[in-house]
Amino acid sequence: MNQLLRFVSLVAALVRTPRGRTALVCVVAIALPFVGRNDAFTNFLADAGAFVLLALGLNIVVGFAGLLDLGYAAFFAIGSYAFAMLASPQFGIHLPFWLLLFVASGIAGVFGILLGAPTLRLRGDYLAIVTLGFGEIVPQTFLNLSQWTGGPNGIGSLDQPSIGAYKFGFNALPYYFMVLGLIAFAVWVASNLRNSRLGRAWMAIREDELAAAHMGINTTTTKLAAFAMGASFSGLAGCAFASKLQLVSPDQFGFNVSVFILAMLVLGGMGNIPGVIVGSLILSALERFILPQGTNFLHGLGLNVDLTNSRFLIYGVILVMMMLFRPEGLIPSRQRKAELHAGEGDAGVAAQEQALYTEAVH
Amino acid sequence: MALLEVTNLVARYGRITALSDVSLTVDEGEVVTLIGANGAGKTTTLRTISGLMRPASGTIRFDGRDITRVAPNEIVRAGIGHSPEGRRVFPRMTVRENLELGAYTRRAKDEIAADIERVLTIFPRLRERYAQKAGTMSGGEQQMLAIGRALMSRPRLLLLDEPSLGLSPKLVQTIFEVIRDISARGTTILLIEQNARQALAVASRGYVLEVGRIAHQGAAADLTASEVVRAAYLGGGA
Repeated sequence: MNQLLRFVSLVAALVRTPRGRTALVCVVAIALPFVGRNDAFTNFLADAGAFVLLALGLNIVVGFAGLLDLGYAAFFAIGSYAFAMLASPQFGIHLPFWLLLFVASGIAGVFGILLGAPTLRLRGDYLAIVTLGFGEIVPQTFLNLSQWTGGPNGIGSLDQPSIGAYKFGFNALPYYFMVLGLIAFAVWVASNLRNSRLGRAWMAIREDELAAAHMGINTTTTKLAAFAMGASFSGLAGCAFASKLQLVSPDQFGFNVSVFILAMLVLGGMGNIPGVIVGSLILSALERFILPQGTNFLHGLGLNVDLTNSRFLIYGVILVMMMLFRPEGLIPSRQRKAELHAGEGDAGVAAQEQALYTEAVH
Repeated sequence: MALLEVTNLVARYGRITALSDVSLTVDEGEVVTLIGANGAGKTTTLRTISGLMRPASGTIRFDGRDITRVAPNEIVRAGIGHSPEGRRVFPRMTVRENLELGAYTRRAKDEIAADIERVLTIFPRLRERYAQKAGTMSGGEQQMLAIGRALMSRPRLLLLDEPSLGLSPKLVQTIFEVIRDISARGTTILLIEQNARQALAVASRGYVLEVGRIAHQGAAADLTASEVVRAAYLGGGA
């Protein structure tokens, strides 16, 4: 009992400092698959981890720079296919996995610039429409270039990562720890970017692009940097996801994937790194466990309702509820919160201005 | 040699000609004002100088260098600061963050800190509001922030677009006092105003813009005295 108390007070002390919270999250993340002691759960964690990477990448484009990208799955596709083509019997090329992490994210980053460049003059809705188009074009291209991509069958028998003599094989555990390492790296990169000169330029563009140009910010290169950085994260996710699944095919990267990732941001809190991670985990868990279990539960009650088939309806309802009751997301960034709740505290300012005016006139 | 030299500037929005022929000069240390009615092309002139809009023809030279088709971020680096029409402060950022973004083109942290201090001395009101979100401040405070933010790039030439617009008469006074103060500290200013009387009072010279061309120009005192200008822009004898 005494020990339990001591443990609880240690955790409480850790939660109070940022470093402590980070340490606590790391410990929990490492312990999680051992607590579950269940293959399906570890498998879920490894897959969800790849989506956390994707959400972190999209967060740079949408959350930091405010560029609404509805076709982010295109970069996931490019990263995954880059890995698949360079680590499979498809062309007989078998580059080492760890090298391909850099190569695939580099290739995805370059495509981020190529697809970002034509959209530079577009804003808001128009940007969203064009990125939506790219999101459709890229998987279609992979589908139709069948001599290289295997068409609808995709590319299979992908190489599995290994460390020295240890092969990852079909055990989800090493994949989970690899993804965990990649997430740690991605979080480190994203939070440093956020606080950098580039990060401040992104936020200035998000707030007011014209004013940002007045500050001497080169809006062209700054926006391209957001597309490139965001896309490169999906290269990492692509390697992790494809090497674990052993297969890439065009149907894995449809519009629903782009929307799924965007929904993670909206749910968790756009622009906020912890928020995005939480949102991503919740939606992945919903997809993998909560909806199937809920369906079983309802069947047990004699109700013939399939929640898994109506999952987009359910995501839609969640998003609408979020927009109504907590538009800044579960764990909002400081600025988003201010932005969405502006107006509520403005009455005081207006009154003050009126008072100043009256004072000046009389 | 003039610090800023604009020659035969022509600018169009699609098929609509906004500037048909604008030539003006600003000498180092001067305050020059560009007055005119709504739609005369005042804002377009400033936007073309800061590179936000490409002219159809004409040249802009700053400190002897041709900056006619130079990108806006390079123009800020070259030494032209612009406090835009409608203030356009970053509403969800604090006063401090806005000022720091104003110094985006500069790297030396200690100099930036010293310049923030200088801006806060010019605008004591901003010191009180230092950690406040810009969007929650009054119009006058936002205008002060917009001017202070433009000063953070340490411009040799400051472009001010309608700094008194929408402010109470008392705040208008304050803003014009600040313009005098900034000028006294050595920054050259090109000021756009609808409030012609006040603008001519702080400026040494003025230009009157009428539908895209310079209609009158001269010493501020002469323009103030001129019958034509009085009738059109200074509210006649009233």
